[in-house]
Amino acid sequence: MSDLPIDIFTIIDLIIMSMLLVVGIALVRLNNLFAVVMLYGVYSLLAAIWFVSLDAVDVAFTEAAVGAGISTVLMLGAMLLTSREADPTPVLRRWTSFLIVAATGAALFYATLDMPSFGDAASPANSYVGLQYMHHTISEIGMPNVVTAVLASYRGYDTFGETVVVLTAGLGVMLILGIGVSGGQAAPSAPEVQSKTAKKSKDVSVKSTENHHIVLQVIAKMLIPIIVLYALYVQFHGDFGPGGGFQAGVILASAVILYSLIFGMEETRRAIPPRFVQIGTALGVLIYGGTGIVTLALGGKFLDYNVLNAHDPVHGQHLGIMFVEIGVLVTVASVMLAIYYGFAARYRELKDQDW
Amino acid sequence: MIEWAPILEVLRHGTAGAFMLVGALFMLIGSSGVLRLPDFYTRIHAAGITDTLATVLLLAGMMIEAGFTQTSAKLALVGIFLFLTSPTATHAVANAAHKAGLKPRLGTVEPPHPRDVDLNEEKS
Repeated sequence: MSDLPIDIFTIIDLIIMSMLLVVGIALVRLNNLFAVVMLYGVYSLLAAIWFVSLDAVDVAFTEAAVGAGISTVLMLGAMLLTSREADPTPVLRRWTSFLIVAATGAALFYATLDMPSFGDAASPANSYVGLQYMHHTISEIGMPNVVTAVLASYRGYDTFGETVVVLTAGLGVMLILGIGVSGGQAAPSAPEVQSKTAKKSKDVSVKSTENHHIVLQVIAKMLIPIIVLYALYVQFHGDFGPGGGFQAGVILASAVILYSLIFGMEETRRAIPPRFVQIGTALGVLIYGGTGIVTLALGGKFLDYNVLNAHDPVHGQHLGIMFVEIGVLVTVASVMLAIYYGFAARYRELKDQDW
Repeated sequence: MIEWAPILEVLRHGTAGAFMLVGALFMLIGSSGVLRLPDFYTRIHAAGITDTLATVLLLAGMMIEAGFTQTSAKLALVGIFLFLTSPTATHAVANAAHKAGLKPRLGTVEPPHPRDVDLNEEKS
């Protein structure tokens, strides 16, 4: 392979990048929102593959779980509340936006000339603190996955901030859409949706007694426990491999969303009441912040896990990272579910004909 | 005295390559089917069947290449997962289309009614 002027990974990168470009152009040109949502999922998966090829496995994991998984479902939920088709953009606005985007793109391309080349050992990211983290992680934290060490320990403040941001986003959605705590009383749904349902159900002969979801239900019952188990694996194996609270939270939430898509919203509300979800959004941040308070109380600095075990600071780090990651898991999973519940509470129980 | 180890090694690579090649071929057939077939149901038929078989073949090839390792076990798990979910997804999509009232496009040529066929034969 070394004889070739271009190695195989460059070729793969180029192929994936051109596919991203094609999908991006298709996204801009489409008016059908359903197709747009699906293409967003394709875009995210392609991006995830690309990140894997760039050795950013943790980022790829997040992109696949969040971008292709949860976002698709949430955007479908949002689309059901609005319409299937976007209005065609006026010509003038189309050209104005094209000019703005092209100018920004050109500026970004110009900026890449100053960037260090990929994998450059002397680049800023690889020389100062980055190098320190790489050198000290094994002795100070004792974890093979440096990403988790940096995320939860060295940069614990930043991650705390991120968790609070997730909570804030969830709060915003809950304030605007509600979460459906009041139960059966459905919000006044858009008349458009109702008329569509009425129109469709007329020309479709529905045999209401026949359960045509049986295949999905059987397979989902087999898969959902495995998905939850996998989420826990991702959660607790994050010290050794790619993964952690963010990814695990999203996977956990997607298991619940899969359940609700197949067994209906009412069943899901009974299994995981919205009240739990509401509490969970704040509880995760409380666990994270509480870990910091405990370290303060034990005489350390905020989120300085060394003091958690007086005899073995490395073990203290492990404990602290575990608590913090559990906090992230609880908040992320709850916020994702809160947003989903918020969307789902806006329309009446979905019939198959609505799709 | 024949040395078996290198021969087996070559055979292993050959089998793995054959599996992956056949898998890729099925993938190609499926893709051409998606592009060429006339309506939704035939297209999803092409995509669903070849996808499942092709991915399982590709994974089998990779497993043979990896040998008895942890990687193989992971590939096997991926294979089982795809073997369950891929047909289910196809089923769900086709089922949804059917429930939404999409009719399959049947042949455009109307076959003659048996009664007319009999009449023609009697005349001639």
